[in-house]
Formats: sequence, C-alpha cells, structure tokens
Amino acid sequence: MADPVRIVLVFPALLGTYGDGGNASVLAQRLRWRGIDAETIDVGVDDALPGEADIYVLGGGEDTAQTLAVSRLADGTLRRAADAGKQVFAVCAGFQILGETFLDGHGEVHAGLGLIDCRTDRLPGSRAVGELLGDPAVDGIAGPLTGYENHGGRTLLGPAAQPLALVRAGIGNGDGGDGAVQGSVVATYLHGPALARNPALADWLLTRVVGTLAPIDDTEESELRRERLAFVRHGRSRRWRRQWKPPARDS
Amino acid sequence: MTARYQVARAAGATAAGLSRLAGRGTGTQIGGRVILAIDPTAMARAAGGRELALVSGTNGKTTTRTLLVAALETVEPVVSNAGGANLPAGLTAALTADTTSRLGVLEVDEPFLPRVVEAVEPRVVVLLNLSRDQLDRYAEVRRLAGIWHDALTGPHALAVVANADDPLVVWAASAAKNVVWVAAGQGWTFDSTSCPACGDILTRDGRRGWRSNGCGLTRPTPDWSVTDRTVTAPDGSSYDVELAIPGAVNVGNAALAAAAAAHWGVAPGAAFAAMARIPSVEGRYLETSFAGRPLRLLLAKNPAGWVEALAMSRPDAPVVVSVNARAADGRDPSWLWDVPFEVLRGRHAVASGERSRDVAVRLRYAGVDHVRVDDPADALRAAHGSGPVEVLANYTAFQTFRRVVGDG
Repeated sequence: MADPVRIVLVFPALLGTYGDGGNASVLAQRLRWRGIDAETIDVGVDDALPGEADIYVLGGGEDTAQTLAVSRLADGTLRRAADAGKQVFAVCAGFQILGETFLDGHGEVHAGLGLIDCRTDRLPGSRAVGELLGDPAVDGIAGPLTGYENHGGRTLLGPAAQPLALVRAGIGNGDGGDGAVQGSVVATYLHGPALARNPALADWLLTRVVGTLAPIDDTEESELRRERLAFVRHGRSRRWRRQWKPPARDS
Repeated sequence: MTARYQVARAAGATAAGLSRLAGRGTGTQIGGRVILAIDPTAMARAAGGRELALVSGTNGKTTTRTLLVAALETVEPVVSNAGGANLPAGLTAALTADTTSRLGVLEVDEPFLPRVVEAVEPRVVVLLNLSRDQLDRYAEVRRLAGIWHDALTGPHALAVVANADDPLVVWAASAAKNVVWVAAGQGWTFDSTSCPACGDILTRDGRRGWRSNGCGLTRPTPDWSVTDRTVTAPDGSSYDVELAIPGAVNVGNAALAAAAAAHWGVAPGAAFAAMARIPSVEGRYLETSFAGRPLRLLLAKNPAGWVEALAMSRPDAPVVVSVNARAADGRDPSWLWDVPFEVLRGRHAVASGERSRDVAVRLRYAGVDHVRVDDPADALRAAHGSGPVEVLANYTAFQTFRRVVGDG
C-alpha cells in the first residue's frame, strides 16, 4: 500500500480562529472516501514543522498570533516545501503572512514569508465582514466559490501571482479579486471553511497531489451551496445589495 | 429624583406594556430603550443607592447570575436582569422595574462592561472567561480583554472576582486593585495560546499552570480552589458542591458566585445550599418531554460552550444539533469546525435549525450518522430510539426549542 497522503495543519493554536482547521479534515476525508490513505498532522506552537508532507494548510488568526506564527515559520521549512512543489493552502491571516509584507497588531509593516507576490495593508473604511462569492479565475475548478470573509486587510497582488477568484459579492482582496495562486501555493479570504463550502476546490487541490479522483456523492454540500448562493443572490441584507456587482464575464 | 428621570420611567413602562399587549415579548428591551432615550443617565440613576454585582464573560453569564442571586437571596431580596436582557437597555429596564431591592446582580454583555461599570459603580465585578464568539461582531477575543483591562484600571473601589485559570481574564482583572482569584477552570485554551499582555507564547504545565514566555504574566495563586466537585474557600474550609444542574464547568461558576456572595457576608455553605436547589436556568439543562419522549435542553453558543455541552450530554443518547446564524448568534457558523463533533460517532444525530445544512456537512465529515430536519418538532421526532434525547442548540435556536416544548 502506498504511503498515506500527509496533510499538515500549521499551528492551529495560532492560525485556527475561524474554523479553518476544517480544511485539513475535508481534504483527508475526501481522500479516505475514495480509498486513499490520508494522515493529518496538527503542529503545535512549540513543535517543528515537518518538512516531508504533501499539503500544508494555514488558517485565519488574530493579529498577535499571526505575528507569532510568521516568526515560527521563518526557519524556511515551508518555503522549501513550496519550492519543492508541495501544496500550500492558506486562508485569511495565513494568506497574509505568505506575502511579502503585512501589517501587525500595531499597524506596523511586518515582513512576510515571501511565498506569494503580494502585499497586505488596510482596507479603506471598515472591515470586510459577510458572505463572499466569486468565480474561479483558474481553470479546472467548478464555481462559483462561496464562503464568509472577516478581515481588515487589503491584499494587492504582484505580477507573479494571479487571483484565485473574481469577486461577485463581498470584498475579497479589495481589488476585485479574491486570494492568490502562485505555483503550488493557493490562498483565499474564504472561511466556511472554504473547502467544506467548495468541494470542487478541495478536489482541485487534491488532484494536484494524487492525480485524477473518482467522483463522490456531495449531495449535502450541494444543498448547503444552493442555500448560500440563494442567500447572496437574493440580497437578503443591505450589505449585499450595496456591494452587488454583475457577474464577471469572459472577455 | 429628577423630573426627566420620572418621565422616562413612566414612558418606558408604557412602551413595555404596549409591546407586551402587541404580543412582542416581554417589552424589556423596548422599555429600556425608551427610558434611555429620554434620560441617558437613567441607568446610573436607577442603580443609585444599591449594592450591585456585575457578571460578565463569554460563557456562563446567565447561570452564574442565577447562582449568585440564589446565594444573595438568603440575605434579602435581589433585583436582577432575567431573560438574557444584558445590554444597557435591559439593565436599565430591570433596575427601574424594581425600586425596592437594595442588592442587585446584573449580567452584562462583554463589550458593554466598561459603560456599565462607569454608570452603576458596582461593588463586585465577576469575570468568568473569554473565548471566540460572534467574531463577526467582535473580530478578536483579545480586544475584549483589552477593553476590560482599560475599564478596570483606575481608582475604582470595586472588588473583582476573577477566574485565575483563564489568561485573558487574569490580564484584564490584574488592572484592578482588589481581586479575589477563583480556580474556576478553563476547558477551551485555543484563544489563549499567546500572552494577552505581550503577545509571546504562553507555556502550560499540563495541569492548570501557565506562564508567558515574554513578560512573565502567570497564573495567580487562587484564593478559592476547585478540585472536581470540591470547593475550598480562602479560610481552608471545603465544600462538596452537588448542584442539580450538570457540568463540571458549573462547579467553577458556583465557586465564583460563592466568592462574590462572600462580599455580602454569605457563608459558602449557605451559598452552595441555595445554589444546589436550582433545577434549570431559563431553559438551560431543563429536563422535560415532547410528545411523550423525554428530552433535555442544553445551550451552547460557541466552541468552548459546545465542548462543555457535548461533555454534559449522556453518552448514548441521540442528539439534536440545532444552529441558527442570526445577529445574536453570529452570522458565520464556521465555528462548527472548531467543535469536536467526532465525539458523537456511534450516536444518532439530527441536524436542525436555520443553518441545518452547515451542521449536516460538518457531521458528514465528522463521521456521525445523521439526518437533516429543519422543523424543530419534526427534528425531535426524527431522533432514533425511544430513550431521552439531548437537544444542543445555539442561542436563538435554543429559544425556538424552549417554545416548542412549552417552556417560555
């Protein structure tokens, strides 16, 4: 039997405020349901990040915890894994620390890990809080992508990164896109968790590790997605009406 | 008493009465809002001349308030804010509705604690715990601890009764001059990985001890200690606390209430005896039945509360898991993935509430056998077997189930 697919949850005690640890559970279960062995590894704050894994999952966290996480990751293990083509999936604060710079709890510019060509400062006005809906901007993911965002950061991508999605409702990065894709590194502002709300995104990530996947029954996920998409489309809150944009069209 | 305050009270009572007549609840909130609109100082005026205890924290506010009221009522009548009305309007309504009680116990929504402390000048402030809850409103837990810390800094005469096991509470309470520390426990540690004071890592010793690697903030030596069901008071006397309500967490809450009641001279033995007789708290822990099927209601609003509620639930009973995401619940139920629903494997579960689809997906990945039934009455009927059903619900979903079973 092949070695299990190793999924590392990076410092859930620091980067796990918004249920994003669920992304690791979703990846592992979707492999197991297809008869592929999977193992999840929760890395504690005092533990070393394993270098030999297939997927690294980072979640959202508070400002001070975010700064602490970046100092723990500065040893280069995650960078080497990404350079070796290992998958990295990061959400919210986890996304921000993978960029070139982000703002710490005191509003000071802090160096990130440099895995994504992006810089994060503050959104003008208030925090982005609410449902976030976007169309995938990369091939191979059945959309739309749905989730919940809760962040004060604005993330501007440089030329080496492309957005994961084009925002239809909500804020995302703050420039019309959400998240980033750069090589084997994928990031988003979507909570929910992102991979529970978007099984197509989960399977797209897994395909990059194990190749083609057999279909599985996602009836319950589809029911959840239908309800959330209807909620956003019907504009059941003033916020969504105000920020509604027409669907992005192919050029 | 000023004319403005008298007019405000009369108008508030009229508004509350009209709201009740219109069938829109108890009218507490609207009455309080009318009073505060006419006289913004009404909360302070209504509190004048009384000796008040405030209770705040993420989980256990209503239960601890109820336990403390029971203890103080062994001395004299107590005014209190029932029904979850723990915003300034609700506090004002409760205080204006009872003009005679000299003692009072008020539960206060966490971010409003500074405003209430300033207005009512309490004698005692009880701080329970802080953990992630309604992040769409509060954004960060640490920010709440900071707000408390600032509110307790200064020349207050008040005494703080605080949970020594929760680092966020300890940092907030350490701003006060007079603190009684109670080892009330901390089941959920994931929001205090880093030090609230300096941001460095908190090291835990695997028991209850913790210390900041950076600034040295450390767990204070408790004045009141709790081991299983035994509470030891500062004088060394010990009490076996046998409450009618379940949960180890409530022994900690009882210890906090006893420590607060001691400021009014209530002996711990008398306090615990009064607390032991409480069968349920505004529907929480209520044992009842529906269509001939026994059931129990457990409220859980956030990951820390769900961990406690899952631990309280009977190991073999089927479970209804009901979740809404209204404003009072927090709009984002992503936190379902912070709750270890895997412990329900081998039991039957019914996903219910307005966000039943989120619950169903969570249970699917947790490997828990389940069905999804939105309607609360049908959800109770759908639970397998004929034995007792445990109903675990978050805030507004819980109120729905109370109505369905005819409680409140």
